[in-house]
Amino acid sequence: MSDIHAARAQMGTSLAFHIVFAAIGIGLPLLLVIAEGLWLRTKNPVYLKLAKKWAQATAILFAVGAVSGTVLSFEMGLLWPGFMKFAGGIIGMPFSMEGFAFFIEAIFLGLYLYGWKRLSPLAHWLTTIPLAISGAASGIFVIAVNGWMNSPSGFRMVDGKPTDINPLAAMFNSAWGPEALHGTLASYVSVGFALAAVYAVGILRGKRTEYNKRGMALGLLMGCAMLPLQLISGDLSARFVADNQPAKLAAMEAQYETRACAPLHIGGIPDPKTGTVNWAIELPCGLSFLAYHDPNATVRGLNSFPADERPNPLIVHSAFLLMVGAGMMLLGLTAWVGFLFWRKRHIPEGRWLLRAVALCGPLGFIALEAGWTVTEVGRQPWIIYGLFKTTDAVTPTPGLVPIFISFTLLYVGLAVMVIWLLRRLARIKPEHEDGDKAVEVEIVQEEKEHALV
Amino acid sequence: MLSSEWIVAGIMVTALTAYVVLAGADFGGGVWQVLAFGPRTEQQRQAIARAMGPVWEANHVWLILVIVLLFTAFPAAYSAISTALFLPLTLALVGIVLRGAAFVFRAHAAQAAGAQRYLGNIFGGASIVTPVLLGMCVGALGSGKIRVLNEKVNPDYITPWLSPFPIMIGLLALALCAFLAAVYLTYETSGELRQDFRKRALWAGLVMAILAFLTLPLTINGAPLLWNELSWGRATPLVIGMVVLGLGALIVFWLGHYRLARLMSIGEVACIVWGWALAQAPYIIAPDITITGAAASQVSLQALLTVLAAGSVVLFPSLWLLFAVFKGHNPAAE
Repeated sequence: MSDIHAARAQMGTSLAFHIVFAAIGIGLPLLLVIAEGLWLRTKNPVYLKLAKKWAQATAILFAVGAVSGTVLSFEMGLLWPGFMKFAGGIIGMPFSMEGFAFFIEAIFLGLYLYGWKRLSPLAHWLTTIPLAISGAASGIFVIAVNGWMNSPSGFRMVDGKPTDINPLAAMFNSAWGPEALHGTLASYVSVGFALAAVYAVGILRGKRTEYNKRGMALGLLMGCAMLPLQLISGDLSARFVADNQPAKLAAMEAQYETRACAPLHIGGIPDPKTGTVNWAIELPCGLSFLAYHDPNATVRGLNSFPADERPNPLIVHSAFLLMVGAGMMLLGLTAWVGFLFWRKRHIPEGRWLLRAVALCGPLGFIALEAGWTVTEVGRQPWIIYGLFKTTDAVTPTPGLVPIFISFTLLYVGLAVMVIWLLRRLARIKPEHEDGDKAVEVEIVQEEKEHALV
Repeated sequence: MLSSEWIVAGIMVTALTAYVVLAGADFGGGVWQVLAFGPRTEQQRQAIARAMGPVWEANHVWLILVIVLLFTAFPAAYSAISTALFLPLTLALVGIVLRGAAFVFRAHAAQAAGAQRYLGNIFGGASIVTPVLLGMCVGALGSGKIRVLNEKVNPDYITPWLSPFPIMIGLLALALCAFLAAVYLTYETSGELRQDFRKRALWAGLVMAILAFLTLPLTINGAPLLWNELSWGRATPLVIGMVVLGLGALIVFWLGHYRLARLMSIGEVACIVWGWALAQAPYIIAPDITITGAAASQVSLQALLTVLAAGSVVLFPSLWLLFAVFKGHNPAAE
């Protein structure tokens, strides 16, 4: 493994890890607003129990998000000093806005988590609102930077130096809108369906409690409400890529030859040697229609780009398929849930539906990771699209491989701990929180027995 | 009229001061987590967790703000620092991750005694190592050993930070964190627990004074540029302020005026950070990278200042709320 590969792998691992917690930091606070708001309105204690449980999960997940985000703010310089030297002055502004949003998030998280007894119920609920807004805002600001890497604007290149810098024009680059919309909605979708799955599993295991049912309903509510919007946003993103990043589009669809009425490849493995896609189902003119809303539109193929300016279609096409596939399955689930709710007017609870909800739990996050892979690997070999190559931005310092391995191990360790803690949290019955240690002792007992077995 | 880059640099030093005053004490909490002993070991650890819990994440964001300002306003400096101090910054990063994660995991691993002890040790260990590494990086910036010629960082990635002077600054940073934490904890506790932290604060203050005294001769050769300004130059008044406030804080603390001692300790930190900044100005990395030389374009800096002004309008009332609810005398508190 060369140093440039280690640097890319480390940045990729750090982002793939952080993106999960970032999405949770966007999605979960909205659910807190809803759950605690419902408790204030209806005085149904189930909502309070749900909110308290989610608050504890938020404490764990937000901390991991905060530290893994810190890693990224340093890694941009540690791994890509060439990039930051060029880009810092142009696109740093949205980062500083993100800094403030993160501040607000951290402050109101402290108030929310530790303020149950120090604030009135209404004041406590009010703390969730800045939490939800700043969570979404930090994501949106950071995506402005990624948007700029995909469609650089706000400066002119004169003799290899950026001049006429306009930070506002850089921030409002043309990729920002579609990317920010798609990423933010993806966060709500992933968190909603993942949370619903947790409670669906609970119900399937025989715990048909109101707590589990309402927990699932709130998750489904957020997921199903956001998913149709995500389709529209996906269309916007696809057309943006078609118009601005033809190489990425060609890699997404493994389209090697430039042609009109380009087909849509469903499935299939691109073969770089022959420039064809094997074992794919081809929808005639599908790609031309989806990308340009015109079945006869010409789509530029990968072969028309210089060999060293092509993203790897093997990764980009597979990731794109995975994202769309996961999205389609969630769309099916949304239609099913929506249909049942329309017919019966109560939270659906048939066994087959519960099983589907449980199985679809990870799909939102899978789509999120896959979609992010499409954007980022599809941008390669450029770190700033069409302008600055990733290989020219990497740090000259040696020894990146062992550092990459260490960071990966660190993240694996963190992931194991988070899963262990969340599983413990899920097993503590909601009724017994706040001081009642009896149940926790039971859990410890149980764990000891497990250990003995 | 001050130019934009100097205003941004001033805001960065202010943010850094806030980071040391607030997050420094959180690192110090980790030190006392490890050094908790005696009949009230568990109570000491609980007091630390209680004091840090609601505020540590907000305190940590000051560092993010400093980093973000550095790469937005001084991208060339950020790039050179990240390259020259790659190793200590990477290690500090691991420390930051382990410290934050272990602190929160520990609080949520209730009743799993083994895991809690293990996580407590990680939290404490990382809290000790991280400020030393960050201090070493700061020491290296002023040492004059990081050279950047023709926009290329001299490929010596070890000696600029692994030398006596930066190491001493690292240890001094650690002692300062421990001292601040003990001073704050004395104020926030009562009874025998307060006596525990009182003793710890006095010891930490003593260690800090000894380390500061030992650092003096090392500065002459370790960071000659700094030495000139600190010993008899523009930073001298702040050095005097630091000594007066430092000794004053110890005396006032010893007499039992903990609130005043806390205030004077904060003043002492401000003198240290600003003294360093003034002594080092106009260099970000002495002697090759200056504030003006590394600055982004004026348009970018002015846009950044606008963002900072607008952000402060949201930030400061929120911060006030946080500290009023958790650090003030709140009758609703248990």
